[in-house]
Amino acid sequence: MTIEPAAPAVIPGAFSGAALRPDFPVFDVLTRSGKRLVYLDAAASAPKPRTVVDAVSDAYAHHYANVHRGIYELSEDATARFEGARRKVAGFIGARSEREIVFVRNATEAINLVAYSWGRSNVRAGDRVVTTQLEHHANIVPWQQLTREVGATLDYVAISDDGRLELDDLRAKLALGPKLLAVAGVSNALGTINPLPQIVEMAHAAGALVLVDAAQSVPHMPTDVAALDCDFLALSGHKMLGPSGIGALWARRELLDAMPPFMTGGSMIIRVTMEGAEWNEVPWKFEAGTPAIVEAIGLGAAIDYLTALGMDAVRAHERYLFEHAWAALGEIPGVRRLGPDDAATHAGVISFVLDGIHPHDVATVFDSEGVAVRAGHHCAQPVMLRYDIPATTRASFYVYNDLDDVEALAAAVRATQSLFA
Amino acid sequence: MDNLYRDFILEHYRNPHNKGYLDPHDLHFADSNPTCGDEMSMTLRLDPTGSKIADVAFDGRGCAISQASASIMTDNLRGQTLDEVRAMNPKHLLDELGVPIGPARLKCALLAYKVLQGAVRGSEVAWPEEAEAVS
Repeated sequence: MTIEPAAPAVIPGAFSGAALRPDFPVFDVLTRSGKRLVYLDAAASAPKPRTVVDAVSDAYAHHYANVHRGIYELSEDATARFEGARRKVAGFIGARSEREIVFVRNATEAINLVAYSWGRSNVRAGDRVVTTQLEHHANIVPWQQLTREVGATLDYVAISDDGRLELDDLRAKLALGPKLLAVAGVSNALGTINPLPQIVEMAHAAGALVLVDAAQSVPHMPTDVAALDCDFLALSGHKMLGPSGIGALWARRELLDAMPPFMTGGSMIIRVTMEGAEWNEVPWKFEAGTPAIVEAIGLGAAIDYLTALGMDAVRAHERYLFEHAWAALGEIPGVRRLGPDDAATHAGVISFVLDGIHPHDVATVFDSEGVAVRAGHHCAQPVMLRYDIPATTRASFYVYNDLDDVEALAAAVRATQSLFA
Repeated sequence: MDNLYRDFILEHYRNPHNKGYLDPHDLHFADSNPTCGDEMSMTLRLDPTGSKIADVAFDGRGCAISQASASIMTDNLRGQTLDEVRAMNPKHLLDELGVPIGPARLKCALLAYKVLQGAVRGSEVAWPEEAEAVS
């Protein structure tokens, strides 16, 4: 099929995804199929721009020593770069202070930190915690463990046929007086953009704190925690062009100050005697042991790359690709698309099912065309249960994608269907 | 691609042999592929001596590779002793499929084997090492 070229300048600040591809070394090499790589799996993990790879390499080569310790130039240099990365993360998500940024491995660890530290000192027997049926397992299992351990109850907000949170059900669950609502900014399995401002307001009115799993939203749209007024926010660096092994928890300062440490050991203390220890200030209270120094510096470089593009432009670009891909898939018989039929509330993630063809087979045929997609339950089995499907195929877009990738996606669907016809 | 989805694989997928549920049965086991969540169950009837497989059926939904693998494997089970089944080499099943299975799809190809081993041993077995190339 042919797709009309991009309409000129309908989006302020829009950029060409294809023109960014030379920034990403992964696209330099053809796939084993002999075709160019069509990478549609950013929702799982994003490729790295050369600037990030170079920042990591340069940090190891010329600026590496342990942080917060050495009384020598190299350690001061490494510390300044590591703490500089923390400031970049804070600025990127609108935190009031970099002291509210705790470096962790990924969003999963950020959520676990809250569940262990805040959860086990604030959630008691008989209390309630609310999550949703839309969540990634990372925002379900830590709450299952917490509520089981302390004898609390975990409620799930239901989702509609088109993949939206049922706000009436949310209202009903909030009326039960939970201590916390844990909710995704964007669903990794369906692409739904949740109405966070409204959700946060509803939860706060009911007296619940709000944790946002922002692993799928921070990389793809502007984030402002101060304006959003949530209480905790978790993000992963590897989904936003940064290295794996680095992520962040943001939380309001007073919450972090009151929370006990999650892991203990070196550098999270001020003083240790044989009788006990005194905790360091936040955020270092939560960063026991030598942190992922270079990974944090690499994340800072990824933030520089995204900031140069502008997050409004990134969102507009992905919305544009979504609209074309959603329409292209809709034109092909035998394709069932999941999630909201609405570009305003659907991120650049399309989950779909081909009639009579298992998603694993779909992904294998796609791979033979050089098209990388995710097939499976996307660590969101309750979502699969909701729609009575074992798995889906998921295409997810990012800055380096363009309409030629949308065409490749549609062509791969047709190739799969003809093989299985 | 045509290598993996050869006609006989697709034929087994479209018209799987031994698909269903035996009632009554002597052995029953269900297991799943953690990569995709696909579940497969297997029911077996034994001969009067209780040592040989008289009939077998598998059920569940899955990809072409897992369904064809179950179809092909179950075709060869009747008349085998339980000891023979327990000693079965998963490589043999991969050979029988006769198509190149990439590391990401090995669990699809070996799910039927794992369910069968669970059934004849009475409890879940670990994935054979052939399936652990990627996990």
